[in-house]
Amino acid sequence: MNLTDSSRRVPLRGGAMQDFLEFKAISKGYPGVQALADVSFSVRKGTVHGLMGENGAGKSTLIRVLSGDQSADAGDILIDGKAQHYRSVRDAFDAGVIVIHQELQLVPELTVAENLWLGRFPGKAGVIDRGQLIRVVKEKLAEIGIDIDPAAKVASLSIGERQMVEIAKAVMADARVIALDEPTSSLSSRESEILFALIDRLRAQGKVILYVSHRLDEIFRLCDSLTVLRDGKLAAHHPEIAKTTREQIIAEMVGREIANIWGFRPREQAAVRLEVKDLAGRKLPSPISFSVRQGEILGFFGLIGAGRSEMTRLVYGADSRSQGNVSVDGQTVAADSPPHAIRAGIVLCPEDRKFDGIIQGRNIEENMAISSRRHFSPFGILQPKKEAELADRFIAKLRVRTPSRKQEIVNLSGGNQQKVILGRWLSEQGVKVLIIDEPTRGIDVGAKSEIYEILYELAGQGMAIVVISSELPEVMGITDRIMVMCQGRVAADIQRADFDERRILAAALPDVSSAGELPNQQVQSR
Amino acid sequence: MTSLKKLLLGEQGLVVIFAIAFAIVALTVPNFLTERNMLGLLQSVVTIGIVACTMMFCLASRDFDLSVGSTVAFSGMVAVMTSNASGSIIVGLIAALLCGGGVGLVNGVVIARFRINALITTLATMQIVRGLALIASDGRAVGINDPGFYQLALSKFLGIPTPIWVMAIFFIIFGFVLNRTVFGKNTLAIGGNPEASRLAGVNVSNMRIWIFALQGLVCAVAGVLLASRITSGQPNAATGLELSVISACVLGGVSLAGGRAAMTGVIVGVLIMGIAENVMNLLNIQAFYQYVVRGLILLLAVLLDNLRSAAAGRRS
Repeated sequence: MNLTDSSRRVPLRGGAMQDFLEFKAISKGYPGVQALADVSFSVRKGTVHGLMGENGAGKSTLIRVLSGDQSADAGDILIDGKAQHYRSVRDAFDAGVIVIHQELQLVPELTVAENLWLGRFPGKAGVIDRGQLIRVVKEKLAEIGIDIDPAAKVASLSIGERQMVEIAKAVMADARVIALDEPTSSLSSRESEILFALIDRLRAQGKVILYVSHRLDEIFRLCDSLTVLRDGKLAAHHPEIAKTTREQIIAEMVGREIANIWGFRPREQAAVRLEVKDLAGRKLPSPISFSVRQGEILGFFGLIGAGRSEMTRLVYGADSRSQGNVSVDGQTVAADSPPHAIRAGIVLCPEDRKFDGIIQGRNIEENMAISSRRHFSPFGILQPKKEAELADRFIAKLRVRTPSRKQEIVNLSGGNQQKVILGRWLSEQGVKVLIIDEPTRGIDVGAKSEIYEILYELAGQGMAIVVISSELPEVMGITDRIMVMCQGRVAADIQRADFDERRILAAALPDVSSAGELPNQQVQSR
Repeated sequence: MTSLKKLLLGEQGLVVIFAIAFAIVALTVPNFLTERNMLGLLQSVVTIGIVACTMMFCLASRDFDLSVGSTVAFSGMVAVMTSNASGSIIVGLIAALLCGGGVGLVNGVVIARFRINALITTLATMQIVRGLALIASDGRAVGINDPGFYQLALSKFLGIPTPIWVMAIFFIIFGFVLNRTVFGKNTLAIGGNPEASRLAGVNVSNMRIWIFALQGLVCAVAGVLLASRITSGQPNAATGLELSVISACVLGGVSLAGGRAAMTGVIVGVLIMGIAENVMNLLNIQAFYQYVVRGLILLLAVLLDNLRSAAAGRRS
């Protein structure tokens, strides 16, 4: 492929308004979930098309199918009128489709230019022509208006700059369709603006841009048209974004379930259960104190990096403390490890289920019994019957959707995995404090309500519950009290009666002096 | 075709392959299926078989132990020298177990507490311990004074030599530990996802220390039996054992990425290693070629393992 030759670009037939990228009745199922059902829409050349939807609505699956990473069970993707039958990312690449994921695919120890040429270095007999290497990249970067030194190592670039390099890579490869999956999630607002300007230039060059985002203001700033997915189905298609409104899009994303998703119920609160005093550690230098009562659901809200997860790991003994102590019902908890916390009745459902929660390669039963089996395994010898009973009991109680307790946990949807981890702790004896970090991340709307329901029930039984969430509506929807964290400190402590979106957000944002570089992520107002 | 594939790549695929290979060898190689040859074959795999029991745990928890060969030689030396010096075989055995367990414990503590990569740690202890064995004996073989020591390997029960019984008992014990105890399940859980296991309340670093200490103890048992069989403490005994043991485990379907292991698989892996060598001896194939064949078997095993996990991935 000659990269400097632009004559390969497909001539426009019938002007710029023709449909260039078409999804035709795409369906894709995973065990237990229909991720996409009969999704059809099309995108015109030289436009930016938004793709919105809640977590689990099917956006990622659609992008995966487009990228060739996974193939659809049914349906076709058409590019410039031709049905594509690619079966790998490589095939999609050759067809001119490039997806830029949130995790960037660059080699940090190589330079920008080397990354852009990776896989097809210019030169003879394996000796790289360094002159051409740099020159062509310089031209390309100038052409799309990216101001980055081609000789700089990628490791020395900011996340925003790396994103630009990733886009430049797509342009170098003569991509005709570029899909961006939440590109601004780790960019500052200034970096985002630079990215938007670049996207505008790509649109002017006649590319098709598919833009996945949670943020309405970005969608309205950038997109010409928009598709909304909900529960794997097409919820709405707006050929002209100017003809719709924010309110309409939100309604389409959330559907009818919005009215009752939280289902909050007030409860009796009794004596203090969990008391945290002056707790600090390496990643959370300034000491934190708080307490939670029996039956209370306490929410922690803040931006990513505000120290919420670090705080929970200290309480749970997963990271070592430099000072402070934790007590449950007045009894001090030994500081140093999760087993101590569990024995004292503190349990944690971690934020990152895939890496910290589930045990891959093991089935539901084993994932549930991993901790509680010590209560019924004399001399460490397993009692398979009791483990089976335990698994069946909690599968029924928590309504885990699975064909059997022997199902591998990786085959379950996010919501069901979360329920299995809840089951792991509910099967423990004497749990008094449940800490749940991002309880519904990556979980679909229906399962969300079920998990909230479980939390209310546990709190009703006298458990003290700590919920950490980045989704403001969620924290406001399900907790009795919110502690707002900002830069490793508690910035506000607000009772439910005084919940106010603006007040909570204001407390979560750092001082104005540094606000310009603030990543505009996390605050997902839906 | 697909059902054959399923059979070969499924859970019991290895056992099927083994049975077929065994049948072919039994029918084609003269003198193979005789009582004398069978017992000889089993005796030749005793060291590998015993050490493979705990290596399985090591690999299943995503760790690695290269020091087993040195530990076997060292504890054999210690057993011989201590029993020569004290005049008591029991004292010699206890000393060997202490030394073997000690090496394992050091491995475990360095790896789990100081978080040093297991490959590097055991590469270091492998050389240190081999060095200790050479220093202790001044590089020479040490003869056994008490003929009673020979009886450890020579004695028979129901016509079968004691070392084979020991190996069989170890297979049963560690098979039980892997499948039916909290220890075994936690080992597999750690291999599957160490951080999630830790947050689920498994004491991961203690588990790892235990696994390495057990490995050392088991190496000591193997070392004593080996010394008894070769009637002396040899500082250069069991060189390259670590690779044979790991090969046998991988051959038996233990995943190097952790989280997957089965005792039956390891037993079959050990037997395949033994049979290959035995058959080559029976056919008078030069020892030099045996290295090539052993290497090829290992490569084949890894390829098979790769196909098997790909098949497992598709199933799920």
